[in-house]
Amino acid sequence: MNILIVLVPISLGLGVMWLGWFLWALKSDQFEDLEGDANRILFGDDDAPKP
Amino acid sequence: MTAACPACATMPDDPVAEGGLQISLPTIHCAACMSGVEQALNRVNGVISARVNLGLKRVRIVTAPGVGAADCIAALRAAGYDALELDTAALGVEADATGRTLLVAIGVSGFAMMNVMLLSVSVWSGASDATRDMFHLISAMIALPAIAWAGQPFYHSAWAALRAGRLNMEVPISLALILAACMSLYETINNGDHAYFDAALSLTFFLLIGRYLDHRTRIAARSAARELAALEPSRADRVVGAGIETVPLAQVALGDILSIPAGMRVPVDGIVTRGQSSLDRGFVTGESAPVLADVGDDLVAGEVNLTGALEMRVTAVGEDTTLRRMAALVEVAENARNKYSGLADRAAAVYAPLVHLLAGVALVGWWLYSGDLRLSLNIAIAVLIITCPCALGLAVPAVSTAASGRLFRQGILLKNATALERLAEVDCVVFDKTGTLTDGRASAQAGLSREELSVLKALALASSHPVARGLLAGLPGDVVPAPLDALEEISGNGVRATWNGTPVALGRGAWLGAIGNPILKIGDATCPLATGEQMRLGVVEAVRGLKAAGIDTMLLTGDTSAAAHRIAAKAGIVAVQADMRPEGKVAVLEQLRAQGKKVLMVGDGLNDTPALASAFVSMAPASAMDVARVVSDMVLLNPDIAVLPDAIHLARRAKKRIVENFVTAALYNVVAVPLALAGFCTPLMAALAMSTSSISVLANALRVRA
Repeated sequence: MNILIVLVPISLGLGVMWLGWFLWALKSDQFEDLEGDANRILFGDDDAPKP
Repeated sequence: MTAACPACATMPDDPVAEGGLQISLPTIHCAACMSGVEQALNRVNGVISARVNLGLKRVRIVTAPGVGAADCIAALRAAGYDALELDTAALGVEADATGRTLLVAIGVSGFAMMNVMLLSVSVWSGASDATRDMFHLISAMIALPAIAWAGQPFYHSAWAALRAGRLNMEVPISLALILAACMSLYETINNGDHAYFDAALSLTFFLLIGRYLDHRTRIAARSAARELAALEPSRADRVVGAGIETVPLAQVALGDILSIPAGMRVPVDGIVTRGQSSLDRGFVTGESAPVLADVGDDLVAGEVNLTGALEMRVTAVGEDTTLRRMAALVEVAENARNKYSGLADRAAAVYAPLVHLLAGVALVGWWLYSGDLRLSLNIAIAVLIITCPCALGLAVPAVSTAASGRLFRQGILLKNATALERLAEVDCVVFDKTGTLTDGRASAQAGLSREELSVLKALALASSHPVARGLLAGLPGDVVPAPLDALEEISGNGVRATWNGTPVALGRGAWLGAIGNPILKIGDATCPLATGEQMRLGVVEAVRGLKAAGIDTMLLTGDTSAAAHRIAAKAGIVAVQADMRPEGKVAVLEQLRAQGKKVLMVGDGLNDTPALASAFVSMAPASAMDVARVVSDMVLLNPDIAVLPDAIHLARRAKKRIVENFVTAALYNVVAVPLALAGFCTPLMAALAMSTSSISVLANALRVRA
């Protein structure tokens, strides 16, 4: 069962990473207009992300 | 509030909110509209960036200094989108600190739940002894801080309720969270078999989702309501010496002289000191015919000055205006209405004591039976966790989010949390006439040639006068405006120009030397125009739909009997009462209530305000006066009123879904509670019952969208 010493920290680390990304996305206003974002994928032209 | 302060600190850093323009786009609805708007704006000189928010039907524009909204609006109109500038000051700052905090709490509890669940699954599938204890210990390290932090919204609300001596849904939730965490910690330290960390965390996670949905519905309604207020900048033109300065309404003092140009709404009560004009009092009294005003006549806030420029002396401001007289009536009525408690509150009132009773019975019963306090506490906590209103907390917000989103797309904005439930119970609809069943459009013009119509359109386009706008709206859409030269607006009289060398004019009969009002003059030929009231879009369909749904309709108006009956006949409404004063309308609603009717009042004017407030549920069109919109439960943003029967139908369906959700949640409890009481419940069963009931409730709520 020694493998747990490696696996448990890895799984926790992945979780923390996910949480960090979520907080970053939240901070940079990515959840402001969900309905609009769902429609933006239908734009035909070249659409570059915000600089 | 400490939660609001971090947001205050970050506000000035937001460059978009500082220098940006906000434009409302009431007609956009799809991806093509979004990219159309953004491309149109990006072609305007000086626009740095433009981003559409489809959820709010709004575009945010960052411009170079000196570029105003006028260019952007012109570009949008040219591209075929209706656009209205929003007053950024009245709109306020958009930061939603509570929503952010809730989302972060959802994220934290979600992270903790997933990791703890991973460890718990290993325990359930057979990890034992030291491995199990280690997993429990790691779970505790993740779960305890997460529960303590993410559960705060519940602890605050439960504490507030307990201090006031009440029980709400948050009390059993907080109790379950705290007890489960403490007991599981104790079990972990003493090498026990069961720990409920995962259950406590999934409880937090699901309930926070319910909380957030609830909050989002509210904030959407509030920001849209603020948007309506921002559409009508509250300023007045004050006469100072020889000039005129524009000041915020709040700075107008008693005795000030205000200038009221033609076409403007009277901002406060006063007396005419100079000028002559006619007034549209539709918003104040419901009358459709204009009234003459001369020096010495009273003006009431809300009247629209139609023809000549006026100057008035202010005789009442703020609290003393006519608005206030209505407000007294409104307050009485609103107090009566606030007693309506929503389904969620009623469920909580029954449920919370029951949960505590069951857990208490389990604790005392098992203690007496076995004499083992640790076992009895474990069973009592299992009962608390199983009964915890996880699905119940989602039952109402999930359905109302889905339903209010759909109503918003149809152009109906819910302002009040229980409006949807009350709308579902409506069995009688009372309409106001002026501004509600009718709109400003003039009737179609008869006997004019195609050429004359195109001259009329060009002249009407040049004037901002309400009569001209009414004429314009009444013209067929395919008329092309004629090319005019030397266009000139004569204030108080009308518009004149030359058309291929012929003098043409549109204006008052007396000014153009003809009888009738208004007159179109081409060369020497004059021709009187029709200005009668025209029905709002969809009235006939709405009344027909309501009748088909078994809902009574009625017309209450302050206008004359003849005008009322003419419109009622066109709309298909049989019950009509005309010449009503505001108190009279309230009295009629009281009578209907006494007969056991649940009335939906639809009205727009100052004279409707007390009736709107006293009705079971109320709706105002977006064109209504501020006060009318403020007291209403719903605002009709769509100019087409034909959506009304659909809205009631949707509300009824939503209410059915809510009841179904309560039944589903109760069913899970009926199965699981006896097991928990008997001491057979394991953490695995608690987790299964909780997630399946929450998911089935959410899935059922989504059916409203279809």
